[in-house]
Amino acid sequence: MSAEDRIVEELSKLLATPPYSTAAKVFADWTIVSSRIGKLYVAFTDAGVSYIRTAESVHHDDKTFMEIYHHSFQRPLRRAERPPTGLAPALQRPATAKNVPVDLRHLTPFEREVLAATRRIPPGQTRPYAWVAREIGRPRAVRAVGTALGNNPVPVLIPCHRVIRSDGQLGQYIFGSEVKEHLLRAEGSNVDETLALAKAKVFYLGSDTTHIVCYPTCPDARRITPPHRHGFRTLPEALAAGYRPCHHCNPTT
Amino acid sequence: MPDDALLTALTDDLDTGFAELVRDYERIVYSVALRIGGGGDAEDLTAECFLRAYGALRGYDRSRILALRPRAWLLTILLNTWRNTARSASRRPQQTPFATLPERAMAGPSVEDMVENGETRRELGELVSGLPDRQRVAVVLRHVVGLPVAEIAAVMRLPEGTVKSHISRGLTRLREDYAAHAATEARKVPR
Repeated sequence: MSAEDRIVEELSKLLATPPYSTAAKVFADWTIVSSRIGKLYVAFTDAGVSYIRTAESVHHDDKTFMEIYHHSFQRPLRRAERPPTGLAPALQRPATAKNVPVDLRHLTPFEREVLAATRRIPPGQTRPYAWVAREIGRPRAVRAVGTALGNNPVPVLIPCHRVIRSDGQLGQYIFGSEVKEHLLRAEGSNVDETLALAKAKVFYLGSDTTHIVCYPTCPDARRITPPHRHGFRTLPEALAAGYRPCHHCNPTT
Repeated sequence: MPDDALLTALTDDLDTGFAELVRDYERIVYSVALRIGGGGDAEDLTAECFLRAYGALRGYDRSRILALRPRAWLLTILLNTWRNTARSASRRPQQTPFATLPERAMAGPSVEDMVENGETRRELGELVSGLPDRQRVAVVLRHVVGLPVAEIAAVMRLPEGTVKSHISRGLTRLREDYAAHAATEARKVPR
């Protein structure tokens, strides 16, 4: 056999099997999971959860969910046996939600930063849009933050429902403001108190024993006993009165 | 699955049919991605190729899908993806570790001896990656995945005669590099 024939024969042996399932990298899986706001349709890739919609928002119809997904992601779907590890508990116990991997590859860096900051808001608490803008170092991009949150592909898991308006109103939500309020109440947020304070133009609470000022949903603020509690309309007002911003909720103007 | 059944499956239900397409062609697409220089990126390049194919299929009507020749179509997408992404993004130096070696073989183990060696496949892969782009693509399509010359011509958008000449020059160079490599190995490890 000539050398060239041997090379041809050896070349044919270079045919290789991918070390990783190509389908797993190309397809997204989808399934239905129970949550505090009813059944959720969930799509996820090998990188993490990529899309969440309430069953109600897709009219309880598999095909509608798949069509919306395809339109936004241009990726094939297959039915999964079970949700990704950790998702089902995270939807019941929000404190564990931040550990569930998410796949946000198709978003812009700005959108990803907005969602990463939002993910740091603890359950039961809220922050204004301006807080998120400040957290990502773009304090003037408040409206863009609102738009990015409105496009959050994985609501509930990334808690955009915890971001509210600076005037204390709950503001809009992908699945409607009623669902937003329901989610906040279900995780123990003091919605009624916050709204009552907002009505009285109080958006920050300080303690005259510690001289620390917080958002009203911060556990440190909720601990202040009424005799020591002082309300402020603006952060500069509190600072002028000798208060410093809380290191936990990190309030901004 | 035969191609006509595969194409019908794609028109019946795109996602279900697409799973068949991936199953049937992932080895070929991955092998070409790996051997034309995807290296560690070969898996990503393969996935990107299939995702682009999927995006294209979503825009095709039934008759256009039924008229596809899936293998040539996928490999054309792969080459485009490779040109557009992998190469431009990370224009790393061409791997030509044996390019400076003498063209003709010195005394040493014959090619026949070398191919018995377990290391050979990896070394041959490296030699292939040292070929100029067109020779490499032509040789890989012809001899690694076994495409007919006419199909390679369609995939590479070149006349068949040009394809044949790329294959032939590529093989000649591989044979020379192989022998030269064998000679240096023999000098390094005296038997």
